[in-house]
Amino acid sequence: MATLLELAIVYALVCVVAAMLLCTARLLIGPSAHDRVLALDTLWMCGMLLALVLGIRFGSQLYFEAAMLIALVGFVSTVAIAKFLMRGEVIE
Amino acid sequence: MSALGLAVDPAALPAWAALAAALLLALGATIVLIGALGLLRLRTFYQRIHGPAIAVTLGAGSVLLASMVYFTASQSRPVVHELIIAAFLLATAPVVSMLVMRAAVYRDLRARKREAGATAGEVYTIPDEE
Repeated sequence: MATLLELAIVYALVCVVAAMLLCTARLLIGPSAHDRVLALDTLWMCGMLLALVLGIRFGSQLYFEAAMLIALVGFVSTVAIAKFLMRGEVIE
Repeated sequence: MSALGLAVDPAALPAWAALAAALLLALGATIVLIGALGLLRLRTFYQRIHGPAIAVTLGAGSVLLASMVYFTASQSRPVVHELIIAAFLLATAPVVSMLVMRAAVYRDLRARKREAGATAGEVYTIPDEE
């Protein structure tokens, strides 16, 4: 069972990093601005999951706090960019 | 220390916890990968926005649950503070998708992109053509 967990951790790391690469490809090819915002939001989320999986791998609680900060900052920045795309201003 | 450098020796974990954490991790990671694949491969923006939705709900939920199971078993006490992230994600994911979707509809109508798909359900119309 323990070896199974190690295999699952490696598999999860590979999958999450591959997902981040796919999001980066969508971020680069666009084609429109809201596509890029969506790709950036998914990239934040994958980064948060990467921190969580690394937390399981190293058995450390510190990664949880990093994941929480990434989730908070990612949400705020995505809302700000979406507001900017819609109105041309962040705070009206 | 195991071969992978796990700080908590996985041999000390109960078998049910190791099995549950491994299955949840594999499920969550696969779903996140499928969501990102959808984000890259689907054709229009209004189809692509469905990709991250499954990644946020089931994918992130499974990984958070795996983290809870692992730390609860390895520290022999309930460790549930991942619930904060889960609640936060469940509260913010609809807000984010609604804001990005509204921005996309607004911009496509304003740019008069007929082929983009914003007018597909005949709910919105391009302003000048009524």
